[in-house]
Amino acid sequence: MTAPSPSLVTFGNVSRFYGEVLGVNRVSLSIPPGITSLVGPNGSGKTTLMNLMTGLIRPTQGEISVLGIPPDHPERLCRIVGYCAQFDAFPKGLTGFQFIYSYLLLHDMSENECRRRTQAALEKVNMVDAANRLVAAYSKGMRQRIKLAQAIAHDPQVLVLDEPLNGLDPMARAETIALFREWGASGRHVIVSSHILHEVDSISDQVILLSHGYVVAEGQIQGVRSEVKEQPMQILVRCDRPSELAARLFQQNHVVEAKIHGDGHNLLLRTTDADAFYLLLNRVILDSGLVVESVAPADDDVNSVYQYLIGGEGGSV
Amino acid sequence: MNALWMRQIGAVLRLEWKKTFFSRRAWWIYLLAAGPVAITMIHWLFELNRPVSMSRHTLGDDSVGYAAMFQFFYLRGAIFFGCVGIFANQFRAEMLEKTLHYYYLTPVRREVLVAGKYLAGLLTAVVLFAGSAALSFLMIGRHFGAAYNDYILHGPGLGQLGWYTTTAALACAGYGAVFLMCGLIFRNPMIPAAVVYVWENLNPFLPSLAKKISVIFYLKNLCPVEVPFPPPLNVMVVDTDPIPAWLAIPGLLAVTLVLLAYTAYTARQGEISYSE
Repeated sequence: MTAPSPSLVTFGNVSRFYGEVLGVNRVSLSIPPGITSLVGPNGSGKTTLMNLMTGLIRPTQGEISVLGIPPDHPERLCRIVGYCAQFDAFPKGLTGFQFIYSYLLLHDMSENECRRRTQAALEKVNMVDAANRLVAAYSKGMRQRIKLAQAIAHDPQVLVLDEPLNGLDPMARAETIALFREWGASGRHVIVSSHILHEVDSISDQVILLSHGYVVAEGQIQGVRSEVKEQPMQILVRCDRPSELAARLFQQNHVVEAKIHGDGHNLLLRTTDADAFYLLLNRVILDSGLVVESVAPADDDVNSVYQYLIGGEGGSV
Repeated sequence: MNALWMRQIGAVLRLEWKKTFFSRRAWWIYLLAAGPVAITMIHWLFELNRPVSMSRHTLGDDSVGYAAMFQFFYLRGAIFFGCVGIFANQFRAEMLEKTLHYYYLTPVRREVLVAGKYLAGLLTAVVLFAGSAALSFLMIGRHFGAAYNDYILHGPGLGQLGWYTTTAALACAGYGAVFLMCGLIFRNPMIPAAVVYVWENLNPFLPSLAKKISVIFYLKNLCPVEVPFPPPLNVMVVDTDPIPAWLAIPGLLAVTLVLLAYTAYTARQGEISYSE
């Protein structure tokens, strides 16, 4: 059981069922500050986890704590949490400014403070020019950004974002990712869900991989990858004599495959013991004077980890 | 109730009042409220232009006519359905439009949200229906000229006007609480509204104890002019001792508070699950 902590988002053996249908099952997590990505295909439980931690739904069993606050106390929780939900719906007849401002009024701030924060949030998402247009007239990307502005306007400690990059053009996507990084770097929690793996791969401090309502792995991408012991790890070595290196490596039991790639200087290896491989590589370099340009793991991205763990097709998950 | 809750209720009221009062979908509610005013205005104009040779009815006839319109049109029709339209949509419309989560993600106690939404609906309903009842009362005997002014200012008119508007406001409060609860609990609030409608209209024919479990029973006792049931229905009416105003008003308010408390409890336990 994960104990509530004033600096963590914790799930203690949490399950949620929708009637007979499983949402998430026996989830125990501790999410530290920084950017955390929830990754999984549709129906894997990402939105359920987000709705649970923001109090929109309740767990069937287990306990949740967001920086020490249980989600069934919205009057306390929603002061520190901002949630950009997946619903692409807005109250009718409001401009972008009014949309943010109206809900800020419920945070018991003065009207001037609400105006100031609304303006600041609009600037953050680069929507100042469109602030006085009706939200109904916004494009998909603009609606996504105004939702994000509404979620951050009260300066929450925990920002929960359900597929926040959907519908954004490349420029807006880059700006939004920069915003996440800024928030994550400032010691806040940024919890992002996505099914586009390479996006979260590059921005996440840690990932939580979900499948069919279960957490199948969590932690830093590299750490998660190293936990997948049964899958040989792929390492790409760029050197001047890849054939010679391959011959030396094949004498070891832990090296199961070696392929020369590209321009003839890339050697892709699969090994069941990465530590032993690195030791051996050092010895080969010393013994034979091999000139190594680069050594890098080739499969410690989310995509590969996801394929190993779940057997999904990473790119399309 | 602390100061924060009051400020938050004020903020919700401010947001909701505009939505409720100026909703395009509420055009039929405006019609319900404007209908009797238009009818009494036509009645006034018609009576002004009626030839002297034609027999005129008395002020007493108009008073009973208004009482009948108030009890059968306002209480059992316009206010009832108006409150269905206003209050049942306070939560239900936001669930259908998938926007309720914006409220649920603010640091507002759900009980406070219920109170704010209820007060916004009540404000709208009272302005429309108590206003309409007052206007049509002032209009119905206008063709009597100075005699009607005298009836209002020096006779029982002003007292009756006060009771009609109070009763209309209490009807909005009572039915509002019923339909706010229905809108939160039922996916289709029209079904419970139909059940309540049948129950309320069966009230005169129910046994004494069952009569008291309704809104109309208390309201009817507040009306200043009694309207007898026409034959042949009058033989089926079960007579009950009238409840005095000092008991009827707190009784109705107590029922309203119980319903609101249950609505607040339901909202507190509620989840956002638009697809279900």
